[in-house]
Amino acid sequence: MSEDASSTIREQFETRSQQEEADSLGIWTFLSTEILFFGGLFLCYTVYRTHYHAGFVEGSKHLYYSIGTINTFVLLTSSLFMALAVHSIQDGDRKKLRLFLLLTFAFGATFLGLKLCEYYLDYREHLVPAVNFRPGDFSHAASAEIFLFLYFAMTGLHAIHMTIGLSALTYLYLRARKDEFSTEYHSPVRVVGLYWHFVDIVWVFLYPMLYLVTN
Amino acid sequence: MNSTSTIIEHAPTGTPPEPHPRKPDYLNDGYGLKSWLTTHDHKRIALLYLICITFFFFVGGWAATMMRLQLLTPQGNLVTSETYNRLFTLHGVMMVWFFLIPAVPTVLGNFLLPLMIGARDVAFPRLNLLSWYIFVFGGLFTMYATISGGVDTGWTFYTPYSTTYANGHVIAMASGIFITGFSSIFTGLNFIVTTHTMRAPGMHWFRLPLFVWSLYATSLILVLATPVIAITLGLIALERFAGVGVFDPKLGGDPLLFQHLFWFYSHPAVYIMILPGMGVVSEMITCFSRKCIFGYKFVAYSSIAIAILGFIVWGHHMFVASQSIYAGLVFSFLSFLVSIPSAIKVFNWTATLYKGRIYFHTPMLYALGFIGLFTIGGLTGLFLATLAVDMHVHGTYFVIAHFHYIMVGGMVMAYLGGLHYWWPKISGRMYNEKLAQFSAAIIFVGFNLTFFPQFILGYLGMPRRYPYYPPQWQVFHVLSTAGASVLAVGYLLPLCYLTWSFFFGRHAPKNPWNASGLEWNETDSPPTRTNFDKVPIVTTKAYNYPYPMTSNE
Amino acid sequence: MNPPIASLPFVPEQASTVAPQVDAIYWGLVAISAVITLGLFAVITCFLIRYRSTSKADRTMERLNPTYLEVTWTVIPMIIFIGLFVWGAIVFAEASKPPPGALPIYIVGVQWYWDVRHENGRREIGDLHVPVGRPVQLILTSADVIHDYFIPAFRTKRDVVPGRYTTVWFTATKPGKYRLFCNQYCGTKHSQMDGYVYAMRPEAYQAWLDAPNGTGQATLAQTGERLFRQYSCSGCHGANSGVHAPSLDGLYGHDVPLQGGGFVNADEQYLRDSILRPGTQIVAGYKPIMPNFQGQISEQNVIALIAYIKSLSSTPNSVAAQPPDQAMPPSP
Repeated sequence: MSEDASSTIREQFETRSQQEEADSLGIWTFLSTEILFFGGLFLCYTVYRTHYHAGFVEGSKHLYYSIGTINTFVLLTSSLFMALAVHSIQDGDRKKLRLFLLLTFAFGATFLGLKLCEYYLDYREHLVPAVNFRPGDFSHAASAEIFLFLYFAMTGLHAIHMTIGLSALTYLYLRARKDEFSTEYHSPVRVVGLYWHFVDIVWVFLYPMLYLVTN
Repeated sequence: MNSTSTIIEHAPTGTPPEPHPRKPDYLNDGYGLKSWLTTHDHKRIALLYLICITFFFFVGGWAATMMRLQLLTPQGNLVTSETYNRLFTLHGVMMVWFFLIPAVPTVLGNFLLPLMIGARDVAFPRLNLLSWYIFVFGGLFTMYATISGGVDTGWTFYTPYSTTYANGHVIAMASGIFITGFSSIFTGLNFIVTTHTMRAPGMHWFRLPLFVWSLYATSLILVLATPVIAITLGLIALERFAGVGVFDPKLGGDPLLFQHLFWFYSHPAVYIMILPGMGVVSEMITCFSRKCIFGYKFVAYSSIAIAILGFIVWGHHMFVASQSIYAGLVFSFLSFLVSIPSAIKVFNWTATLYKGRIYFHTPMLYALGFIGLFTIGGLTGLFLATLAVDMHVHGTYFVIAHFHYIMVGGMVMAYLGGLHYWWPKISGRMYNEKLAQFSAAIIFVGFNLTFFPQFILGYLGMPRRYPYYPPQWQVFHVLSTAGASVLAVGYLLPLCYLTWSFFFGRHAPKNPWNASGLEWNETDSPPTRTNFDKVPIVTTKAYNYPYPMTSNE
Repeated sequence: MNPPIASLPFVPEQASTVAPQVDAIYWGLVAISAVITLGLFAVITCFLIRYRSTSKADRTMERLNPTYLEVTWTVIPMIIFIGLFVWGAIVFAEASKPPPGALPIYIVGVQWYWDVRHENGRREIGDLHVPVGRPVQLILTSADVIHDYFIPAFRTKRDVVPGRYTTVWFTATKPGKYRLFCNQYCGTKHSQMDGYVYAMRPEAYQAWLDAPNGTGQATLAQTGERLFRQYSCSGCHGANSGVHAPSLDGLYGHDVPLQGGGFVNADEQYLRDSILRPGTQIVAGYKPIMPNFQGQISEQNVIALIAYIKSLSSTPNSVAAQPPDQAMPPSP
């Protein structure tokens, strides 16, 4: 779903509006796939949380609640900047577009950085299943291990999506520097924006599911 | 759209007027490997798929042949159990993920969707090429897993066997399928967007050829179901790698959760395989009976109904898997419901023949074969949807026979029929009609001989995935193996004569069947790089027959 | 066992009460399918001949309303299908619910054999001996992967899933020797995980039960009682224990109040879960102090423990715990 730098209407399309419609429908269809992609994990989570509530509470208590909370704010802020970036280019303000793209990137990268720190701390605490999980630390070791496995699987998958998002932002920024976007033509910005918001929303679900499990 | 193009008899003696052999078309739009491997042309990508899919089909077919040879005798002296288990896994994985699911959408769909709706290409040509690369990459993973020792889990990867107990390269195999899943997803996405946004002026939804409707329904399933199998196989690979019990009950996991996730994809996947085939059949039936489809809207909507209902019947694979009886009742009822839209299609095809002008060209033979075999496959599906009968025949050769009637009798017949039907358009050449009719007959006979005895075997209690069996069942296995060898010949013949005709066949006119549809009337055979010289404007409904196939009628 | 009448069998033997019912539906389906298929093929063949391209048949179309036709061929199959659904569901529901007083037999699927325990302690590997004329309930579980217990002559099968008990019941009607298969792919020797079911007259079955192969044997419940002491269960659950643990007398088959509300029926599955994963369903008023036995007790021993706990129950379900006319072999 990328563009030729030379022309803004790709050869298979007749009109710009047709191209934009295709781009929008494409990203929305892609996001519906993504929902079901995460959906499989969410289902596993729901089933096991019902089965093993105590282990999930215990596992959740071992996580770094503070980092998770800060990250939520960081990511929501990046989403705000992404929305502003789309808004600016709709108004034709290319300078602001570049600025907001940079800010989005910065906050997204901060999120990933914090996430990596958190993984490192988790590792030091022997919370990583299959690597150094210590069952002795838990009274519901088996179910807590499933919780932690799901924690790493879900946040890991989310982090992969974040990395892809950051690459897409880099690509957008490089094109924005060449002043390729305008009020008329900015569907790549919109497409990446939608993707970015989606990845954000996934986190909005992950945060309470993983960090805020209580009795 | 009423064609005025040159009309010819199919008799091999009639030499057609040479349709400007030097005219540029998509095949000579560039030469050399690079021009193919970097192409964005949906037609070339379709051919790239065709080559890969044919390869995978014959790999899977080879495995099937070995299995049938093993089953010739009750004590099977050909291979060991271990090898046999690897063979049926290879057969299942190759056929399901590398042939049945991608074949019609990626080959015929890719080639025809833009032509049929009057577009220059799909909405995202680069993504289309990327899908092919992903497909090849996933295929390489799977071939690696196969060559380096194989996998013995069966294509169903049931846990905890696959996660804990299986030998072999489960992770590589699961990764291969995981990767291939994205190829499916991107193809589906491309088709959905293309159908929505790329239709030519005047081509509104109820003027679309039914093949487009069925591709659209298929794409919905591809986009919504494939991610679930991807994440499920990802979890299998992770669980096997990390030893954490998501699906292994010893570690607290739930093996039935895997089955739910697996069949949530794999049942709709059955409709991914058959729906495009139904679309192909609608095209061929109308063309060779020179009549508009009977009940266009019913056939179109039944595709969508199948796609939707197909999502809520997965539990019928688990009637005896310790699922609750109430779940069993619901899934049984829904499974009966999903058969209704299929029945509607069969009745409408039959009604289309009424007062038609019926020609028995090769594609029509395949289409008629499809209707017959699909009817038997569908009706035996009712046996399996009936709870009490499923209790007996579940997991036996009855199931094997049933789904081969749908998959091979249905989907492969439709695929081969479609390939013949559009071969003049794809290759710009005609194949040998007599030889093609002969192989269609051979395939039909060989197929029935292979799989009908398996219904009886299943009812007698022969479980699937057994390399050995009680001697009193040998006669049915011998029949089946004999049929399989006939079938093998039937599949090799088209491979030979179609390949031959691609290079040496006589040139095809623009519209050899005098069929309706943009792909026949508005493009050359083979089409040019951009399909249409100018964007066609559609003014009539699809299947604007009747007009005869040949001028002297 | 009588040899099949024809040398080519097209119908498997019927040897259980449910088999004729299943076969009735099966042949009903065959009949309906045959009528539909042959009818459709006849119509198609007529059309193909009558309207072949070279025929001069009249092709003028009368105006007919397709909607009537569409509704007809939607509604009629639907009525037939719903009838079939109901018929199949009734038989299935009956075949899923064991009658009270069914003779329990415990089976553990292991790669690649069946480990069968009868209540009097008689054990057999691979094959299964059952009496005719009496409902038999198989309580199935697996020590490793998913298997499936399939007896074609009884028209019944059930997956054998690790981590849970599945049950299947039948009443054999005809003495004889019937094949049984593992019907869920379970690994290399899946196809060798078969055996025979011997349906015997009650006297012969009793005689078979009473003739232990080898040394004297304890009943399943007695084995369970020994394990109950061996694993120190009696230390807490015993009558004179100082530890606050729920009593197991009369537990089986009753509803148990749970911590945090709700009740659970104390069936085999609950007893199993409570032994292996005691933390998940805590009885109201007790502390979760029971140690976890996951991975420490084999499936076979869990079954013995459950048989023992069932024998403590006063519910009529456990009548067979002490077969009345059984010569009790000396305990080890």
